[in-house]
Amino acid sequence: MEQMNELKRKVLELLKEDARRTPALMATLLGAEEEDVKTAIAQMEQEHVIVKYATVVNWDKVDDERVTALIEVQITPERGRGFEGIAERIYLYPQVKSVYLMSGAYDLLVEVEGRNLREVANFVSEKLSPIDSVLSTKTNFTLKKYKQDGIIFEDHEEDNRLMISP
Amino acid sequence: MITNKTQLAGEQSKSMTSYLSPLVQQIQPSGIRRFFDMAAGSKDIISLGVGEPDFKTPWHVREACVYSLERGFTGYTSNAGMPELREGIANYLHTRFNLDYDPANQIIATIGGSEAIDLALRALISPGDEILIPEPCYISYSPITSIGGGVPVGIETFGKDRFKLTAEGLEAKITPRSKILILCYPSNPTGAIMSREDWEPIAKVVEKHDLIVISDEIYAELTYGSNHVSFASLPGMMDRTILVSGFSKAFAMTGWRLGYACGHPDLIAAMLKIHQYTVMCAPSMGQVAALEALTNGMEEKDRMVDSYNQRRRLIVKGLRDAGLECHEPQGAFYAFPSIAGTGLTSDEFAQRLLREFRVAAVPGSVFGLGGEGYLRCSYATSVSQLNEALERIGAFVALLKKEKEIKA
Ligand SMILES: Cc1ncc(COP(=O)(O)O)c(C=O)c1O
Repeated sequence: MEQMNELKRKVLELLKEDARRTPALMATLLGAEEEDVKTAIAQMEQEHVIVKYATVVNWDKVDDERVTALIEVQITPERGRGFEGIAERIYLYPQVKSVYLMSGAYDLLVEVEGRNLREVANFVSEKLSPIDSVLSTKTNFTLKKYKQDGIIFEDHEEDNRLMISP
Repeated sequence: MITNKTQLAGEQSKSMTSYLSPLVQQIQPSGIRRFFDMAAGSKDIISLGVGEPDFKTPWHVREACVYSLERGFTGYTSNAGMPELREGIANYLHTRFNLDYDPANQIIATIGGSEAIDLALRALISPGDEILIPEPCYISYSPITSIGGGVPVGIETFGKDRFKLTAEGLEAKITPRSKILILCYPSNPTGAIMSREDWEPIAKVVEKHDLIVISDEIYAELTYGSNHVSFASLPGMMDRTILVSGFSKAFAMTGWRLGYACGHPDLIAAMLKIHQYTVMCAPSMGQVAALEALTNGMEEKDRMVDSYNQRRRLIVKGLRDAGLECHEPQGAFYAFPSIAGTGLTSDEFAQRLLREFRVAAVPGSVFGLGGEGYLRCSYATSVSQLNEALERIGAFVALLKKEKEIKA
């Protein structure tokens, strides 16, 4: 059991680096059996530990206009359900990329993506603000993404070692 | 005298070698250099020829150095190195390898492990002394010995012994002029390590023949499966051993040029004499960075070692799948497969692998006795690059097999 947990943790780390690694490769890297790696992955997929295999894209390099905003939202919690119901109302919109419950000056941080500024502004004024329990919103547009999920977009730390060294 | 020199400068074509010290003249250029020249400039080559980590120095180490520069820490330090650093090294050696050195007079910070090796040899050698060097080994020992006026005596170690030094092998090479034994475990290029049981008979021979040992333990942190046993930690060996190490490999700090030597106060004092007149002190920036690495760097180091270990498994399996015999390296970051079965010399093999399949690796022959028939492959490179290189090696070995069949 303990061993399986350790294997799962290591598999997760390898997949976070590169989701396209095969079970065979990971088994070799970890000195484990391929069958055990497959089992670990299957279990984690089943348990939703692994939610999805996604690709980190630097959209700035793609000729495809889109803007992202991080919106700070203050809300009145609902009796009995707290923030859950409102969070759900918000995250079900397809424009919404992520929603976090925060401590501090506001309650929810909502990441919204649209094709242009107007689309995002419309979403805030027509969908988000009118929700009854939403007290206030503050929209911050992102100008440039430097790093996401631990991945630096313009990594300057290339391998510049000599080809052969002692 | 001055006119003489000016005249000479004008005559570019005249050979100047007659002016050189005979000790320097007899030194051959390193075999690694030739491969470097062959590989240099090409972009599509995958290199397994690199003797340094593929990680950048951990950020907190770089940051600590930058901050110290901002505060103007840019002067000489004391000759033996910053007291805090020497203390840090002493604590580190105590916790990691059970060694006790007095930072006041038994530790000296040097310009890489390289300077430490040079200092030790220069402090010890009288002309004609024989220096015992188990081979295949790091390429510098023998030339530095010669420059210092000593006589290098190679001791061949063998794949069947997993390239460990044996007491018999050592004793067979001892003469009345033998004085120093240079040890390098974990080994560059073979990845061999030595256990306490392996060491004990060696220590007996060292004692019996009254040898001094220079123990290059720069790869001590990079072992997989068992912990490094420092030669100086064996009973009676502390005073006979000069421990050489550094920060290049364990903390990915090759360019900082920081290493150290530890040993008996008399020996360290002698080395310090040379050090203070030749270089004054190790670079102050490197010393600050090294202290930060020792103080807060163990977690990052463990992460790097984990990663080398994963890639070690990958390369050993990959080389074996490609049809090359390969023992399991237990330390450092080199695999040392045998290419003897292909019918090529290691030099031919490495040259063709580079030219035809764009993979750079170092022929075993450059590492001295026992290296012929092997290839040094560094696995300090990314998993995807390793995978690609292994595929190319597989294709090359398959091609060689076909060529052989056609000839037969
Ligand atoms: C066995 C061995 N000793 C010493 C060194 C030199 O290291 P440093 O960078 O500390 O001078 C190396 C570097 O490749 C090495 O492999």
